[in-house]
Amino acid sequence: MQNEEQIFLEKIDQEIKIEPRDWMPDAYRKTLIRQMSQHAHSEIVGMLPEGAWITRAPTLKRKAILIAKVQDEAGHGLYLYAGTETLNIGREEMIDQLLTGKAKYSSIFNYPTLTWADIGAIGWLVDGAAIMNQVPLCRCSFGPYSRAMIRICKEESFHQRQGFDILLTLSRGSNAQREMAQDAINRWWWPSVMMFGPNDDNSPHSAQSMAWKIKRFSNDELRQKFIDMCADQAKVLELTLPDKKLQWNEKRKHYDFGEINWHEFWNVVNGHGPCNKERMAARISAHENGAWVREAADAHAKKRRAREQQVA
Amino acid sequence: MNDLIEYTLHLADNVLVLGHRNSEWTGHGPILEQDIAISNIALDLVGQARNFYQYAAGMIGNEATEDSLAYLRNPGDFRNCLLVEQGKGDWGKTITRQFFFSAFQFLLFEHMRGSSDSTIAAIAEKSLKEVTYHLRWSSEWVVRLGDGTDESNRRMKIAIGELWDYTPELFIAAPYESACTNKAIAPDVSSLEEAWLERIRSVFAEALLVIPEHGATISGGKIGAHSAQLEFMLGEMQYLQREYPGNQW
Repeated sequence: MQNEEQIFLEKIDQEIKIEPRDWMPDAYRKTLIRQMSQHAHSEIVGMLPEGAWITRAPTLKRKAILIAKVQDEAGHGLYLYAGTETLNIGREEMIDQLLTGKAKYSSIFNYPTLTWADIGAIGWLVDGAAIMNQVPLCRCSFGPYSRAMIRICKEESFHQRQGFDILLTLSRGSNAQREMAQDAINRWWWPSVMMFGPNDDNSPHSAQSMAWKIKRFSNDELRQKFIDMCADQAKVLELTLPDKKLQWNEKRKHYDFGEINWHEFWNVVNGHGPCNKERMAARISAHENGAWVREAADAHAKKRRAREQQVA
Repeated sequence: MNDLIEYTLHLADNVLVLGHRNSEWTGHGPILEQDIAISNIALDLVGQARNFYQYAAGMIGNEATEDSLAYLRNPGDFRNCLLVEQGKGDWGKTITRQFFFSAFQFLLFEHMRGSSDSTIAAIAEKSLKEVTYHLRWSSEWVVRLGDGTDESNRRMKIAIGELWDYTPELFIAAPYESACTNKAIAPDVSSLEEAWLERIRSVFAEALLVIPEHGATISGGKIGAHSAQLEFMLGEMQYLQREYPGNQW
């Protein structure tokens, strides 16, 4: 055992990927199952707030882009479920954990999409924050996760650009459109800043994840990078971020920013956000309404195999 | 309006409306892989609609665009068949409708590749690959659900019963279709019915399903007489363009 653990730690140290058949500590496996399945669930639940605007997208081009984007998210969920399955857990079990509330998904998707501008704000801010978190995961020590993230990040950067483009169009449009864009940013900014999780001194799993090279940067480092990026991009949009304390700090070479409302953060994490119940209800309903379809597909596959064996 | 424009709008409306219906599944599909598949088909259909609308807009002139045609016409101006505007229903109904429509569209586009109108011919050629996949995918699902369990077979029979009477409209030429057939722009839809029925029968046979014996004909969509379903659908689809006229998005 000592020996296996040493081999594992040496691999981590030398930046050699850990693959599914390699020995790994139970806690490493558990951490990855938790993180990867949570990530997969976030992709799937994340289809809902944006999917709600597919039927109302204002032009055919925007409609086509939005369908493609939400479909990409389903694809990301699929790679991530498949990647997590290499850690010896089935997709059904993971979905069951989501639907029973045992597994979490990103809290950001518990906020509503009230106007078309929200689709822009999600692309720019939510996907922007996701990219900040995900780019370092391309170098994650677990091979399947790292490879899935490389593919996912390519598509995410396109998603972010389309969100920015929606907001830029609205910002340069009529007064009503500009107000719509500003209102969406006002509502999505702080929840996006919260996507990086608790402050470093309140993030109990972080140190171990950093040591295992699952995580490469701390929550607060990534959050600062995100805020710096958005503060500059907001100027291009000619829209403002809703933080009066946001200001460039020449000494730190970073933007200073205001206090995060951690009460809201934990409230939403613990199931009391504006849409937690609605999102879960939509997933449960899709799952339950699809049960007869899955059963039929299984039954047909079995019959087909039996018929083929008879012929052979 | 000239016949070619009206015919092009008919082709566009068919696929926009069906694409829209299919996109209602995105995020709500029964299996993740199939959520992706139905969204992909929705995307293909919206893409085909854009090609047809852009062509029609060019012929109409007067600042018409693909979006003014999709978003600013009233339900009575739409020329889609009634089949595509019906609600998505359960997965069985969505699959059955896709199968009926794709089997028709496959035959239509195969003939339309030889259209005397080079743009119509080119769109048909480009779309045929997609339609071939839609037909294969929906045929496989008809078999899976028909042959699967008693419950899935029962649901398929209900879906067929609900949709069957809308299928004859596909093969009854509207005046603009006949006019375009006379100019060798459009295939004669009535000539496609036999081959279509043959395809339906052969897939149904494998799926343990049968064509209803006493079918009727419900038609009118192709000449603008729609069910209430289309009005609701367009109300939702067109709302931003109607609420904020003249804005860029």
